Amino acid sequence: MQIGEHLATPRSAWTSGRGEMADVVVSSRARLARNLEGFAFPGRLTPEVAAQVLGRVQAAVQGFGTGWSFVKLADLSPVDRQVLVEKHLISPQQMQEPEQAALAVRDDEGLSLMVNEEDHLRLQAFRPGLAVRATLDEALQADDRLEDALDYAFTPELGYLTACPTNVGTGLRISVMLHLGGLVRTRGIAQLLQVLPKLGLAVRGLYGEGTEAAGDLFQISNQITLGQAEEEVAASIERAAQQIIEQERAARRMLKEQALQQTQDRVYRALGVLRYAQLLGGEEAMQLLSELRLGVEMGMLQVSAEAVNEMLVTALPGFLTRTMGHDLQTMEERASRARLIRERLQKEGI
Amino acid sequence: MQCQSCGLRPATVHVTRIVQGQVEQAHLCAQCAQESGEIDMLANPAALLQSLLANFAGQGQTLQTEKETRCPSCGFRFSEFRETGRLGCPSCYAHFRSELEPLLRRLHGTTEHRGKLPLRRGGAFERDRKLQTMRRDLQQAVAREEYEQAARLRDEIKQLESEGG
Repeated sequence: MQIGEHLATPRSAWTSGRGEMADVVVSSRARLARNLEGFAFPGRLTPEVAAQVLGRVQAAVQGFGTGWSFVKLADLSPVDRQVLVEKHLISPQQMQEPEQAALAVRDDEGLSLMVNEEDHLRLQAFRPGLAVRATLDEALQADDRLEDALDYAFTPELGYLTACPTNVGTGLRISVMLHLGGLVRTRGIAQLLQVLPKLGLAVRGLYGEGTEAAGDLFQISNQITLGQAEEEVAASIERAAQQIIEQERAARRMLKEQALQQTQDRVYRALGVLRYAQLLGGEEAMQLLSELRLGVEMGMLQVSAEAVNEMLVTALPGFLTRTMGHDLQTMEERASRARLIRERLQKEGI
Repeated sequence: MQCQSCGLRPATVHVTRIVQGQVEQAHLCAQCAQESGEIDMLANPAALLQSLLANFAGQGQTLQTEKETRCPSCGFRFSEFRETGRLGCPSCYAHFRSELEPLLRRLHGTTEHRGKLPLRRGGAFERDRKLQTMRRDLQQAVAREEYEQAARLRDEIKQLESEGG
Protein backbone atom coordinates (compact mmCIF):
# COMPACT_ATOMS: atom_id res chain seq x y z
CA MET A 1 0.00 0.00 0.00
CA GLN A 2 1.28 3.47 -0.85
CA ILE A 3 1.30 6.25 1.70
CA GLY A 4 -1.08 8.16 -0.57
CA GLU A 5 -3.76 5.58 0.10
CA HIS A 6 -3.40 6.11 3.85
CA LEU A 7 -3.69 9.84 3.32
CA ALA A 8 -6.77 9.58 1.14
CA THR A 9 -9.03 7.66 3.52
CA PRO A 10 -10.42 8.75 6.88
CA ARG A 11 -10.45 5.07 7.82
CA SER A 12 -7.84 3.87 10.31
CA ALA A 13 -7.22 1.02 12.73
CA TRP A 14 -9.11 2.88 15.44
CA THR A 15 -12.13 4.07 13.44
CA SER A 16 -14.02 0.81 12.89
CA GLY A 17 -16.26 1.35 15.91
CA ARG A 18 -15.92 -2.33 16.81
CA GLY A 19 -14.27 -4.04 19.73
CA GLU A 20 -14.99 -4.44 23.42
CA MET A 21 -16.90 -1.71 25.26
CA ALA A 22 -17.26 0.16 21.98
CA ASP A 23 -20.23 2.07 23.40
CA VAL A 24 -17.73 4.13 25.44
CA VAL A 25 -14.23 3.24 24.27
CA VAL A 26 -13.21 4.42 20.83
CA SER A 27 -9.74 2.88 20.82
CA SER A 28 -6.75 1.57 22.73
CA ARG A 29 -3.11 2.24 21.99
CA ALA A 30 0.24 1.01 23.32
CA ARG A 31 3.35 2.99 22.49
CA LEU A 32 6.96 1.96 23.12
CA ALA A 33 9.83 4.46 23.04
CA ARG A 34 13.21 3.04 22.04
CA ASN A 35 16.63 4.43 21.17
CA LEU A 36 19.66 2.97 19.48
CA GLU A 37 22.84 2.44 21.42
CA GLY A 38 25.78 4.60 20.42
CA PHE A 39 23.76 7.49 19.01
CA ALA A 40 22.72 10.78 20.58
CA PHE A 41 18.97 11.32 20.89
CA PRO A 42 17.33 12.76 17.74
CA GLY A 43 17.27 16.32 19.10
CA ARG A 44 21.08 16.35 19.11
CA LEU A 45 21.87 14.50 15.91
CA THR A 46 23.40 16.07 12.83
CA PRO A 47 21.34 15.38 9.69
CA GLU A 48 24.03 12.96 8.49
CA VAL A 49 23.96 10.84 11.64
CA ALA A 50 20.17 11.04 11.85
CA ALA A 51 20.12 9.61 8.33
CA GLN A 52 22.21 6.69 9.58
CA VAL A 53 19.69 6.01 12.35
CA LEU A 54 16.92 6.19 9.79
CA GLY A 55 18.76 3.72 7.55
CA ARG A 56 19.18 1.20 10.34
CA VAL A 57 15.56 1.40 11.39
CA GLN A 58 14.39 1.13 7.81
CA ALA A 59 16.49 -2.01 7.35
CA ALA A 60 15.03 -3.49 10.55
CA VAL A 61 11.48 -2.71 9.42
CA GLN A 62 12.12 -4.70 6.24
CA GLY A 63 12.04 -7.71 8.57
CA PHE A 64 8.31 -7.10 9.01
CA GLY A 65 7.82 -8.24 5.41
CA THR A 66 5.26 -6.91 2.97
CA GLY A 67 2.17 -4.91 3.78
CA TRP A 68 4.11 -1.92 5.08
CA SER A 69 4.88 1.47 3.70
CA PHE A 70 7.77 3.67 4.70
CA VAL A 71 7.89 7.40 4.07
CA LYS A 72 10.25 10.22 4.94
CA LEU A 73 8.21 13.09 6.31
CA ALA A 74 10.31 15.65 4.47
CA ASP A 75 8.96 14.12 1.24
CA LEU A 76 5.40 14.96 2.25
CA SER A 77 3.63 18.31 2.08
CA PRO A 78 2.70 20.05 5.36
CA VAL A 79 -0.95 19.19 4.70
CA ASP A 80 -0.14 15.50 4.24
CA ARG A 81 1.80 15.55 7.48
CA GLN A 82 -1.13 17.15 9.23
CA VAL A 83 -3.40 14.35 7.99
CA LEU A 84 -1.00 11.84 9.56
CA VAL A 85 -1.26 13.74 12.86
CA GLU A 86 -5.05 13.72 12.61
CA LYS A 87 -4.98 9.97 12.08
CA HIS A 88 -2.66 9.65 15.12
CA LEU A 89 0.14 8.17 13.04
CA ILE A 90 2.70 10.87 13.79
CA SER A 91 2.99 13.50 16.52
CA PRO A 92 2.45 17.24 16.08
CA GLN A 93 6.09 17.70 17.03
CA GLN A 94 7.22 15.43 14.22
CA MET A 95 4.98 17.26 11.81
CA GLN A 96 6.89 20.49 12.46
CA GLU A 97 10.40 19.07 12.38
CA PRO A 98 10.36 16.56 9.55
CA GLU A 99 14.13 16.59 9.02
CA GLN A 100 15.25 12.93 8.89
CA ALA A 101 11.98 11.85 10.49
CA ALA A 102 10.02 9.02 8.96
CA LEU A 103 6.94 6.91 9.38
CA ALA A 104 6.57 3.19 8.82
CA VAL A 105 2.99 2.04 8.82
CA ARG A 106 1.29 -1.31 8.34
CA ASP A 107 -1.49 -1.35 5.75
CA ASP A 108 -4.25 -1.53 8.39
CA GLU A 109 -2.57 1.29 10.40
CA GLY A 110 -2.83 -0.95 13.48
CA LEU A 111 0.93 -0.94 13.89
CA SER A 112 3.27 1.91 13.05
CA LEU A 113 6.66 3.39 13.84
CA MET A 114 7.72 6.97 14.12
CA VAL A 115 11.43 7.38 13.44
CA ASN A 116 13.55 10.26 14.75
CA GLU A 117 10.82 11.92 16.71
CA GLU A 118 11.76 12.73 20.32
CA ASP A 119 13.26 9.23 20.44
CA HIS A 120 14.81 7.23 17.62
CA LEU A 121 11.83 4.91 17.59
CA ARG A 122 8.25 5.17 18.70
CA LEU A 123 6.41 1.97 18.03
CA GLN A 124 2.64 2.02 18.42
CA ALA A 125 -0.12 -0.55 18.23
CA PHE A 126 -3.69 0.66 17.80
CA ARG A 127 -7.00 -1.19 18.07
CA PRO A 128 -10.64 -0.20 18.26
CA GLY A 129 -12.49 -0.60 21.55
CA LEU A 130 -10.98 -1.61 24.87
CA ALA A 131 -8.04 -3.84 23.91
CA VAL A 132 -5.25 -2.86 26.26
CA ARG A 133 -3.64 -6.30 26.52
CA ALA A 134 -3.87 -6.99 22.81
CA THR A 135 -2.25 -3.69 21.82
CA LEU A 136 0.49 -4.19 24.41
CA ASP A 137 1.21 -7.74 23.19
CA GLU A 138 1.31 -6.60 19.60
CA ALA A 139 3.71 -3.75 20.39
CA LEU A 140 5.97 -6.00 22.47
CA GLN A 141 6.12 -8.65 19.76
CA ALA A 142 7.02 -6.09 17.12
CA ASP A 143 9.62 -4.75 19.54
CA ASP A 144 11.19 -8.23 19.83
CA ARG A 145 11.44 -8.47 16.07
CA LEU A 146 13.06 -5.05 15.77
CA GLU A 147 15.51 -5.92 18.49
CA ASP A 148 16.78 -8.80 16.35
CA ALA A 149 18.30 -6.20 14.08
CA LEU A 150 18.86 -3.23 16.42
CA ASP A 151 20.88 -2.67 19.59
CA TYR A 152 18.73 -0.66 21.95
CA ALA A 153 20.06 1.76 24.54
CA PHE A 154 19.27 -0.11 27.73
CA THR A 155 20.62 -0.55 31.24
CA PRO A 156 19.35 -3.13 33.72
CA GLU A 157 18.82 -0.40 36.36
CA LEU A 158 16.93 2.17 34.30
CA GLY A 159 15.58 0.03 31.49
CA TYR A 160 15.12 1.53 28.04
CA LEU A 161 16.79 4.95 27.93
CA THR A 162 14.72 7.75 26.43
CA ALA A 163 15.35 11.39 25.59
CA CYS A 164 12.89 12.49 28.27
CA PRO A 165 13.06 10.96 31.77
CA THR A 166 9.25 10.78 31.82
CA ASN A 167 9.50 7.79 29.45
CA VAL A 168 12.54 5.96 30.80
CA GLY A 169 12.14 2.35 31.96
CA THR A 170 9.56 0.52 29.92
CA GLY A 171 9.17 3.40 27.47
CA LEU A 172 5.56 2.34 27.53
CA ARG A 173 2.59 4.64 27.31
CA ILE A 174 -0.77 2.92 27.11
CA SER A 175 -3.72 5.10 26.31
CA VAL A 176 -7.42 4.57 25.96
CA MET A 177 -9.65 6.99 24.08
CA LEU A 178 -13.11 7.34 25.57
CA HIS A 179 -16.24 9.19 24.60
CA LEU A 180 -17.59 10.61 27.85
CA GLY A 181 -20.64 12.41 26.53
CA GLY A 182 -22.78 11.27 29.46
CA LEU A 183 -20.34 12.40 32.14
CA VAL A 184 -19.84 15.76 30.45
CA ARG A 185 -23.61 16.36 30.26
CA THR A 186 -24.27 15.24 33.85
CA ARG A 187 -21.28 17.25 35.15
CA GLY A 188 -19.57 14.16 36.52
CA ILE A 189 -16.51 14.84 34.43
CA ALA A 190 -14.84 17.41 36.72
CA GLN A 191 -14.63 14.90 39.53
CA LEU A 192 -13.14 12.31 37.24
CA LEU A 193 -10.52 14.75 35.97
CA GLN A 194 -9.62 15.36 39.57
CA VAL A 195 -9.35 11.72 40.65
CA LEU A 196 -7.38 10.23 37.76
CA PRO A 197 -4.09 12.09 38.34
CA LYS A 198 -4.10 10.82 41.91
CA LEU A 199 -4.12 7.29 40.53
CA GLY A 200 -1.01 8.06 38.50
CA LEU A 201 -3.01 8.45 35.32
CA ALA A 202 -2.90 11.34 32.91
CA VAL A 203 -6.10 12.51 31.30
CA ARG A 204 -6.45 14.95 28.47
CA GLY A 205 -8.91 16.04 25.86
CA LEU A 206 -8.16 14.37 22.58
CA TYR A 207 -8.79 17.45 20.50
CA GLY A 208 -8.56 21.03 21.60
CA GLU A 209 -6.18 22.79 23.94
CA GLY A 210 -5.15 21.38 27.30
CA THR A 211 -8.04 19.67 29.00
CA GLU A 212 -10.59 21.35 26.76
CA ALA A 213 -12.06 18.25 25.15
CA ALA A 214 -13.76 19.06 21.89
CA GLY A 215 -16.19 16.31 21.00
CA ASP A 216 -16.10 14.98 24.59
CA LEU A 217 -13.27 12.62 23.64
CA PHE A 218 -10.80 11.99 26.44
CA GLN A 219 -7.62 10.04 26.57
CA ILE A 220 -6.36 8.37 29.73
CA SER A 221 -2.79 7.10 29.94
CA ASN A 222 -0.18 5.97 32.45
CA GLN A 223 2.31 8.51 33.77
CA ILE A 224 4.76 6.11 35.36
CA THR A 225 7.19 4.18 33.16
CA LEU A 226 9.80 3.17 35.72
CA GLY A 227 9.41 0.52 38.43
CA GLN A 228 6.30 -1.10 36.99
CA ALA A 229 6.28 -4.07 34.65
CA GLU A 230 4.41 -3.64 31.36
CA GLU A 231 1.66 -6.02 32.50
CA GLU A 232 1.08 -4.01 35.67
CA VAL A 233 0.69 -0.83 33.66
CA ALA A 234 -1.77 -2.57 31.33
CA ALA A 235 -3.74 -3.91 34.29
CA SER A 236 -4.02 -0.53 35.99
CA ILE A 237 -5.11 1.23 32.81
CA GLU A 238 -7.63 -1.50 32.14
CA ARG A 239 -9.01 -1.24 35.68
CA ALA A 240 -9.30 2.53 35.44
CA ALA A 241 -10.96 2.30 32.02
CA GLN A 242 -13.48 -0.24 33.34
CA GLN A 243 -14.40 2.10 36.17
CA ILE A 244 -14.78 5.08 33.89
CA ILE A 245 -16.91 2.99 31.53
CA GLU A 246 -19.20 2.10 34.42
CA GLN A 247 -19.48 5.74 35.45
CA GLU A 248 -20.19 6.83 31.90
CA ARG A 249 -22.86 4.16 31.51
CA ALA A 250 -24.42 5.24 34.81
CA ALA A 251 -24.44 8.83 33.59
CA ARG A 252 -26.20 7.75 30.41
CA ARG A 253 -28.77 5.78 32.41
CA MET A 254 -29.37 8.92 34.40
CA LEU A 255 -29.87 10.89 31.19
CA LYS A 256 -32.30 8.25 29.98
CA GLU A 257 -34.27 8.14 33.22
CA GLN A 258 -34.29 11.80 34.15
CA ALA A 259 -33.77 13.74 30.95
CA LEU A 260 -34.80 11.47 28.10
CA GLN A 261 -36.67 14.10 26.13
CA GLN A 262 -33.95 16.71 26.45
CA THR A 263 -31.31 14.17 25.46
CA GLN A 264 -33.29 12.98 22.46
CA ASP A 265 -33.93 16.55 21.50
CA ARG A 266 -30.22 17.36 21.49
CA VAL A 267 -29.33 14.22 19.56
CA TYR A 268 -31.98 14.76 16.88
CA ARG A 269 -31.24 18.47 16.60
CA ALA A 270 -27.58 17.58 16.07
CA LEU A 271 -28.59 15.09 13.42
CA GLY A 272 -30.81 17.70 11.77
CA VAL A 273 -28.04 20.28 11.64
CA LEU A 274 -25.43 17.80 10.39
CA ARG A 275 -27.88 16.51 7.78
CA TYR A 276 -28.85 19.90 6.37
CA ALA A 277 -26.28 22.54 7.36
CA GLN A 278 -24.47 24.24 4.49
CA LEU A 279 -21.67 25.72 6.58
CA LEU A 280 -20.03 24.02 9.54
CA GLY A 281 -17.18 25.27 11.73
CA GLY A 282 -14.66 22.77 13.06
CA GLU A 283 -15.59 23.07 16.71
CA GLU A 284 -19.30 23.10 15.95
CA ALA A 285 -18.96 19.91 13.91
CA MET A 286 -17.01 18.29 16.72
CA GLN A 287 -19.72 19.14 19.24
CA LEU A 288 -22.56 17.98 16.97
CA LEU A 289 -20.74 14.75 16.21
CA SER A 290 -20.45 14.14 19.94
CA GLU A 291 -24.24 14.49 20.29
CA LEU A 292 -24.66 12.14 17.36
CA ARG A 293 -22.20 9.68 18.86
CA LEU A 294 -24.08 9.74 22.15
CA GLY A 295 -27.30 9.03 20.26
CA VAL A 296 -25.63 6.05 18.56
CA GLU A 297 -24.17 4.78 21.82
CA MET A 298 -27.51 5.10 23.61
CA GLY A 299 -29.28 3.25 20.82
CA MET A 300 -31.36 6.19 19.58
CA LEU A 301 -29.91 6.31 16.07
CA GLN A 302 -29.17 3.75 13.41
CA VAL A 303 -25.85 5.29 12.37
CA SER A 304 -22.68 3.21 12.63
CA ALA A 305 -19.98 4.26 15.06
CA GLU A 306 -17.59 3.81 12.16
CA ALA A 307 -19.41 6.52 10.22
CA VAL A 308 -19.19 8.88 13.20
CA ASN A 309 -15.43 8.26 13.50
CA GLU A 310 -14.90 8.80 9.81
CA MET A 311 -16.91 12.00 9.85
CA LEU A 312 -14.75 13.16 12.75
CA VAL A 313 -11.53 12.65 10.79
CA THR A 314 -13.12 14.08 7.64
CA ALA A 315 -14.04 17.27 9.49
CA LEU A 316 -10.47 17.98 10.65
CA PRO A 317 -8.66 20.79 8.84
CA GLY A 318 -5.76 18.77 7.37
CA PHE A 319 -7.95 16.05 5.98
CA LEU A 320 -10.42 18.57 4.63
CA THR A 321 -7.72 20.58 2.87
CA ARG A 322 -6.23 17.45 1.35
CA THR A 323 -9.61 16.19 0.15
CA MET A 324 -10.35 19.50 -1.54
CA GLY A 325 -6.87 19.60 -3.05
CA HIS A 326 -5.98 23.21 -2.16
CA ASP A 327 -5.72 25.62 0.76
CA LEU A 328 -9.17 26.59 1.94
CA GLN A 329 -10.56 29.96 2.89
CA THR A 330 -12.77 29.96 5.98
CA MET A 331 -16.05 29.93 4.04
CA GLU A 332 -14.90 27.23 1.68
CA GLU A 333 -13.62 25.13 4.57
CA ARG A 334 -16.95 25.37 6.35
CA ALA A 335 -18.86 24.59 3.18
CA SER A 336 -16.78 21.54 2.33
CA ARG A 337 -16.95 20.24 5.89
CA ALA A 338 -20.75 20.51 5.82
CA ARG A 339 -20.95 18.87 2.40
CA LEU A 340 -18.69 15.92 3.24
CA ILE A 341 -20.64 15.23 6.43
CA ARG A 342 -23.97 15.44 4.57
CA GLU A 343 -22.68 12.98 1.99
CA ARG A 344 -21.45 10.55 4.61
CA LEU A 345 -24.82 10.63 6.39
CA GLN A 346 -26.59 10.03 3.10
CA LYS A 347 -24.37 7.02 2.55
CA GLU A 348 -25.60 5.75 5.93
CA GLY A 349 -29.14 6.05 4.60
CA ILE A 350 -30.03 9.01 6.79
CA MET B 1 -16.88 25.97 49.18
CA GLN B 2 -16.81 28.64 46.48
CA CYS B 3 -14.10 28.84 43.85
CA GLN B 4 -11.28 31.11 45.06
CA SER B 5 -10.74 32.49 41.60
CA CYS B 6 -14.17 33.46 40.34
CA GLY B 7 -16.11 33.25 43.61
CA LEU B 8 -19.16 32.13 41.64
CA ARG B 9 -19.06 28.40 41.07
CA PRO B 10 -18.47 25.70 43.68
CA ALA B 11 -14.84 24.61 44.07
CA THR B 12 -14.40 21.07 42.80
CA VAL B 13 -10.67 21.04 42.11
CA HIS B 14 -8.38 21.17 45.11
CA VAL B 15 -4.76 21.73 44.27
CA THR B 16 -1.89 21.31 46.68
CA ARG B 17 1.31 23.00 45.64
CA ILE B 18 4.63 22.98 47.42
CA VAL B 19 6.44 26.23 46.78
CA GLN B 20 9.83 26.67 48.45
CA GLY B 21 8.88 24.18 51.13
CA GLN B 22 5.57 25.93 51.90
CA VAL B 23 2.35 24.05 51.28
CA GLU B 24 -0.19 26.12 49.39
CA GLN B 25 -3.73 25.05 48.72
CA ALA B 26 -6.00 26.31 46.00
CA HIS B 27 -9.70 25.56 45.69
CA LEU B 28 -11.03 26.15 42.22
CA CYS B 29 -14.01 25.33 40.09
CA ALA B 30 -13.33 23.08 37.10
CA GLN B 31 -13.52 25.97 34.68
CA CYS B 32 -11.07 28.23 36.50
CA ALA B 33 -8.77 25.26 37.12
CA GLN B 34 -8.71 24.57 33.42
CA GLU B 35 -8.05 28.20 32.62
CA SER B 36 -5.25 28.43 35.15
CA GLY B 37 -3.72 25.26 33.75
CA GLU B 38 -3.85 23.50 37.13
CA ILE B 39 -5.68 20.44 35.87
CA ASP B 40 -3.41 20.25 32.90
CA MET B 41 -0.35 20.37 35.07
CA LEU B 42 -1.58 17.54 37.23
CA ALA B 43 -2.57 15.43 34.33
CA ASN B 44 0.20 15.78 31.84
CA PRO B 45 3.59 14.09 32.38
CA ALA B 46 5.43 16.67 30.29
CA ALA B 47 3.90 19.53 32.27
CA LEU B 48 4.70 17.74 35.50
CA LEU B 49 8.32 17.46 34.39
CA GLN B 50 8.39 21.16 33.55
CA SER B 51 7.10 22.06 37.00
CA LEU B 52 9.64 19.79 38.66
CA LEU B 53 12.39 21.31 36.58
CA ALA B 54 11.23 24.78 37.59
CA ASN B 55 11.60 23.72 41.22
CA PHE B 56 15.07 22.46 40.42
CA ALA B 57 16.08 25.77 38.92
CA GLY B 58 16.91 27.22 42.33
CA GLN B 59 19.26 24.36 43.06
CA GLY B 60 20.74 24.85 39.61
CA GLN B 61 22.03 28.30 40.50
CA THR B 62 24.14 26.99 43.35
CA LEU B 63 25.48 24.30 41.03
CA GLN B 64 26.51 26.83 38.43
CA THR B 65 29.19 28.26 40.69
CA GLU B 66 30.86 24.87 40.44
CA LYS B 67 32.33 23.96 37.09
CA GLU B 68 29.57 22.53 34.97
CA THR B 69 30.43 19.16 33.55
CA ARG B 70 29.56 17.87 30.12
CA CYS B 71 28.50 14.39 29.14
CA PRO B 72 31.72 12.75 27.86
CA SER B 73 29.80 10.99 25.08
CA CYS B 74 27.82 13.84 23.56
CA GLY B 75 28.99 17.05 25.18
CA PHE B 76 25.58 17.75 26.68
CA ARG B 77 25.36 20.15 29.65
CA PHE B 78 22.83 19.53 32.40
CA SER B 79 21.69 23.16 32.23
CA GLU B 80 20.36 22.36 28.73
CA PHE B 81 18.19 19.69 30.29
CA ARG B 82 16.71 22.27 32.65
CA GLU B 83 15.67 24.28 29.62
CA THR B 84 14.38 21.55 27.33
CA GLY B 85 13.51 18.57 29.54
CA ARG B 86 15.41 16.35 27.08
CA LEU B 87 18.75 14.66 27.58
CA GLY B 88 21.48 14.49 24.95
CA CYS B 89 22.23 10.79 24.61
CA PRO B 90 21.77 7.49 26.45
CA SER B 91 25.08 7.98 28.31
CA CYS B 92 23.74 11.18 29.91
CA TYR B 93 21.79 8.95 32.30
CA ALA B 94 25.03 7.53 33.72
CA HIS B 95 26.94 10.79 33.64
CA PHE B 96 24.23 12.92 35.31
CA ARG B 97 23.06 10.14 37.57
CA SER B 98 23.22 12.15 40.80
CA GLU B 99 21.24 15.02 39.25
CA LEU B 100 18.67 12.74 37.68
CA GLU B 101 18.00 10.37 40.55
CA PRO B 102 15.87 12.71 42.68
CA LEU B 103 13.95 13.73 39.57
CA LEU B 104 13.25 10.12 38.59
CA ARG B 105 12.13 9.43 42.13
CA ARG B 106 9.65 12.28 41.97
CA LEU B 107 8.41 11.35 38.54
CA HIS B 108 8.15 7.60 38.99
CA GLY B 109 8.55 6.98 42.72
CA THR B 110 11.58 4.75 42.10
CA THR B 111 14.81 4.50 40.12
CA GLU B 112 14.63 0.80 39.37
CA HIS B 113 13.40 -0.74 36.13
CA ARG B 114 11.16 -3.75 36.59
CA GLY B 115 9.86 -4.25 33.08
CA LYS B 116 10.97 -5.95 29.91
CA LEU B 117 14.58 -6.89 29.21
CA PRO B 118 15.89 -6.93 25.63
CA LEU B 119 15.40 -10.43 24.28
CA ARG B 120 18.78 -10.97 22.66
CA ARG B 121 20.94 -9.59 25.47
CA GLY B 122 18.39 -10.21 28.18
CA GLY B 123 19.98 -13.36 29.63
CA ALA B 124 22.89 -11.51 31.21
CA PHE B 125 20.61 -8.73 32.46
CA GLU B 126 18.26 -11.28 33.95
CA ARG B 127 21.17 -12.83 35.84
CA ASP B 128 22.32 -9.40 37.07
CA ARG B 129 18.85 -8.59 38.27
CA LYS B 130 18.62 -11.89 40.14
CA LEU B 131 22.08 -11.41 41.67
CA GLN B 132 21.15 -7.94 42.83
CA THR B 133 18.06 -9.25 44.59
CA MET B 134 20.00 -12.11 46.16
CA ARG B 135 22.73 -9.81 47.45
CA ARG B 136 20.10 -7.63 49.04
CA ASP B 137 18.46 -10.68 50.61
CA LEU B 138 21.85 -11.78 51.90
CA GLN B 139 22.47 -8.44 53.61
CA GLN B 140 19.05 -8.60 55.20
CA ALA B 141 19.60 -12.18 56.35
CA VAL B 142 22.89 -11.17 57.97
CA ALA B 143 21.23 -8.18 59.63
CA ARG B 144 18.55 -10.46 61.04
CA GLU B 145 21.26 -12.91 62.16
CA GLU B 146 19.73 -15.69 60.08
CA TYR B 147 23.08 -17.26 59.34
CA GLU B 148 21.85 -20.52 57.82
CA GLN B 149 19.79 -18.60 55.31
CA ALA B 150 22.71 -16.24 54.69
CA ALA B 151 25.12 -19.13 54.06
CA ARG B 152 22.68 -20.68 51.60
CA LEU B 153 22.29 -17.38 49.75
CA ARG B 154 26.06 -16.84 49.69
CA ASP B 155 26.56 -20.24 48.02
CA GLU B 156 23.79 -19.58 45.54
CA ILE B 157 25.29 -16.21 44.64
CA LYS B 158 28.72 -17.81 44.14
CA GLN B 159 27.16 -20.47 41.97
CA LEU B 160 25.30 -17.93 39.82
CA GLU B 161 28.38 -15.71 39.50
CA SER B 162 30.54 -18.60 38.32
CA GLU B 163 27.91 -19.58 35.73
CA GLY B 164 28.27 -16.18 34.12
CA GLY B 165 32.05 -16.73 33.75
